[in-house]
Amino acid sequence: MDFDLTDEQKAIRELARRFADEEIAPSAKERDEKEIFPDEILKKMGPLGFLGGPIPKEYGGAGLDYIAHAILTEEVGRACSSVRTTLSVHISLAQLTILKWGSEAQKKHWLPRLASGEILGCFGLTEPDTGSDAANQKTTALKKGDRWILNGAKMWISNAGKAELAIIFAQTDKSKGAKGLAAFLVERNTPGYSTRDIHGKLGMRSSNTGEIILEDCAVPAANLLGEVGQGFKVAMSGLDHGRYSVAAGSVGLIQACREASVAYAKERVQFGKPIAGFQLVQEMIARMRVSEDAARLLVYQAGHLKNRGRPDTIATCIAKYFSTEAAQQAAMDAIQVHGGYGYSNEYPVERYLRDARVATLYEGTSQIQQLIIGRHETGISAFV
Amino acid sequence: MKIVVCLKQTPDTEATIKLTADKQGIEEQNIKWVMNPYDEYAVEQALRLKEKHGGETVVVCMGPDRVTEAMRTALAMGMDKGVHLKDDAFAHSDATGTAKALAAAIKPLSPDLILCGRQAIDWDMAQVPAILAELLDMPQVTVVAKMEMGADGKSAVCNRRIEGGEEVVEVKFPAVLTCDKGLNEPRYASLPGIMKAKKKEIKPLGLAESGLSANDVGKASSKVQILEYLPLPERPPGKVFKEQETPDMVKQVVKLLREEAKII
Repeated sequence: MDFDLTDEQKAIRELARRFADEEIAPSAKERDEKEIFPDEILKKMGPLGFLGGPIPKEYGGAGLDYIAHAILTEEVGRACSSVRTTLSVHISLAQLTILKWGSEAQKKHWLPRLASGEILGCFGLTEPDTGSDAANQKTTALKKGDRWILNGAKMWISNAGKAELAIIFAQTDKSKGAKGLAAFLVERNTPGYSTRDIHGKLGMRSSNTGEIILEDCAVPAANLLGEVGQGFKVAMSGLDHGRYSVAAGSVGLIQACREASVAYAKERVQFGKPIAGFQLVQEMIARMRVSEDAARLLVYQAGHLKNRGRPDTIATCIAKYFSTEAAQQAAMDAIQVHGGYGYSNEYPVERYLRDARVATLYEGTSQIQQLIIGRHETGISAFV
Repeated sequence: MKIVVCLKQTPDTEATIKLTADKQGIEEQNIKWVMNPYDEYAVEQALRLKEKHGGETVVVCMGPDRVTEAMRTALAMGMDKGVHLKDDAFAHSDATGTAKALAAAIKPLSPDLILCGRQAIDWDMAQVPAILAELLDMPQVTVVAKMEMGADGKSAVCNRRIEGGEEVVEVKFPAVLTCDKGLNEPRYASLPGIMKAKKKEIKPLGLAESGLSANDVGKASSKVQILEYLPLPERPPGKVFKEQETPDMVKQVVKLLREEAKII
């Protein structure tokens, strides 16, 4: 076991930390307040390779290992969860899914454009009536000549309103159930494809979330991602990456909560001394530190498995479940340390709480993570 | 053209500096080390010149093993290679000793241009570049805030920051320039840059290879003797006024703000 980061991983942490502090954090409050998408920040991230970190160099990425990828995601998540969620979807759900399932032609065509940030990607799995029961897709795909005709709607899709490319999951043959599912690469300019932004979210307000409407969208047969019948596998492998990124981002959020709380507790004086000197405040800060370290180690453990090419689904579920729950608790504690001030947006911790909230919902709720872990432990599926 | 950038690794501007017990130095443990912020302008300038005019960029740095981190940052930003003056004999050199070592490393490279930061933010002496220019018999332009290459590619017109204005100087290459804030906006290293940097050469250069003798550098050669370092005085405690009539307290506060704190 080696717990030391490599020199490159340290340099990436340093670069990402500086970029996050100088370019992302200063505008986070205003972007959150006014629901401003971080276009300008993404424009700066592209040339630095931040938008295609783990994608191999031959496809235009930076060729980062998965631990370096997590480190970068942590640092972005520490500064602004909205930017982090944009990256999680663009890199982990969209690009890494194409990397695993795409044909050579698909990879060569799409990955360099995505990795450079020329275009953004999204992942259309969730539907108005299909959330945790992801195999039950209502969107249909019917083969007509050399095209697939897609009809349906996708809901709660991050980046929907900004993405030029969507991975859309659809049912090709209802009688086959999950085995009839397929994934498609659908371009924004396809006739019949439209999106509608969702406003008024509790958190992640600077990220874009929307609905995708597919009305007789004709997609070339060449845009089938993987094979017909592999759709569910494609979705689950995408989620293995997405959950990893969410977990890493949550580590950053816990760190942000801890740092804000420590700084505030040392400044705030009550009963004649800084509140950092009170045992009950220290208890909350200690809990943040412990959950931050534990979450980080769980993420790096899953990253290690990814680096080795070994199965990581369970390790990733464990990391995602623990980190996102711990991030919520850390944000609650951070507000408690800040008292009344933490309840206002004068301090960032109220945003941390609102941003942390969705992480136990999206890319598989905490309950879904528990069921996957439980099935692994008992050998009994509690899903159906 | 060949451009050399002299680099120094300094404590981060936000690092808390603690003196050693003997007051002869600072505690180096737990300090975060960074590239001297003024040197970032020198690196950026070298990269811009190379991008426009072609050539090679070399970063030269003296110090213990840890300084290679700052050198790797420069390589990740895009510098081509590095020379690391690394020998216990170089430790505790004064500005002259440091300049001698840098000159020994730079001379064989025959650069057209040597770029330095205007000063290092640790000792703030701003002496090394000037001494270096003398040792290499090159002209020097310090505190450069703007630089335009001459049409011949062998000279530059530089604007120097001086009290109350700017001085415009033409200089022929080879020359030593020290770079000030405002000259450019230093870039971030990129992820591909970091990955490439690990494969770039950092050549170690010891005392023997440098052609210098032990008397030229290090503590023995130092013409400056540090007697002791003193910490900044403790901040005096704040003054609290209470249990008086408010107008009286306001008067006293205003008086102190004016006469003691001198901020109004």
